[in-house]
Amino acid sequence: MRLIFITLLALIIATAVGLGATWMTATRGTDLGTLTIGAWTARPKTGTADVDPYSRASIARSGELPVGTGDGIAFSATKDDHNRPLDGRCDVVVSGVTPAARFWTLTLYDQKGHLVANSLQRYGFTSQEIIRGADGAFEIRVASRSRAGNWLPTGGIERYALMLRLYDTPVGVATRTQRDAPMPSITTVGCP
Amino acid sequence: MIRLLFTIIAGVLLGGIVHLVSVLALPRIATQDAYSRLTPMTKLNAVTPLPLADPNNAPMPFMDPAFAIAICRYDLSGGSIKLTVPVSQAYTSVSFYTRNEVAYYAINDRSAGRKVIELDLMTEAQHSELPEDEDVTAADRLIIDSPSSTGLIVLKALAPEPGLMPQAQASLAASSCKLQTEAPAKQAEAPRGKR
Repeated sequence: MRLIFITLLALIIATAVGLGATWMTATRGTDLGTLTIGAWTARPKTGTADVDPYSRASIARSGELPVGTGDGIAFSATKDDHNRPLDGRCDVVVSGVTPAARFWTLTLYDQKGHLVANSLQRYGFTSQEIIRGADGAFEIRVASRSRAGNWLPTGGIERYALMLRLYDTPVGVATRTQRDAPMPSITTVGCP
Repeated sequence: MIRLLFTIIAGVLLGGIVHLVSVLALPRIATQDAYSRLTPMTKLNAVTPLPLADPNNAPMPFMDPAFAIAICRYDLSGGSIKLTVPVSQAYTSVSFYTRNEVAYYAINDRSAGRKVIELDLMTEAQHSELPEDEDVTAADRLIIDSPSSTGLIVLKALAPEPGLMPQAQASLAASSCKLQTEAPAKQAEAPRGKR
């Protein structure tokens, strides 16, 4: 009787620990092979044949298709430069320059990876449609209410993610630091 | 007490094994992965344009709304695939994924270096069966080896401004993805692009 109880307990713990850890790593991701520059993170290896098992599991779970390495690289950010979660009710400024790339796109998603509905039907910017300053730097205002210049609407949702995709770019598996890839800064400038 | 402690340690160790096995098994058992999502809405061995991503209905999460996207879902068991994609004005790329969404190859219009991206996709077995005595014409066509017999080819054309989306879609509509029934003749292995 005691032996059965103990075996059963061990098996229950094993299932809970094992599946719990898998669920955690598949939803939140791991730090395996990540490239972090400022608030932005990318996983350059997900676009290659030697993608790690954890990234494969999270890709299979979410149902997305990773950007192939010969195509480009995707950086995502869910927090600003001061580690504050991106809040759709606040004004957030994305400014600066981007790494060398033929094109880039910046897109706003909710936490499940859906686009956020808005009356302008604007879900992001491409490098070509952005308004830049004389020095080539740009400033995008991510806010729920209309703003002058490059306004990216948030629809007032609480948490969102920004994704910066670089296409036809030297940034990739060999990139390590900000110097190789100058990423734009993300700053929360005001909350109502 | 000792026995209970031992049970917990054994449970945690066993849990580690459960974790590793389930992480490795997840890509195979997932039912909502990209391939499964796209299967009902795409044709086999033909190019199917995907609807534009919008908030209420997107075939996959984290799709780039600036791109027109078309899918060729392939099955190489009947022969190799010949893919031709005309290059759009701004940026065109072709990415290859296995059945389990491993991006094993991707090429863009600049690395293809011509107006039409032309590729032959085959399994390694089919590639090794190709006649070798054919005269080697220089970098005429790329041959890609697929690690799995089924998978996805994703064709993307960028619309740098929303108004250019119809043009991007039109250039993808002119692309083709066909099963080659007879053995392809006169081919040469071209230098591979970025992996």
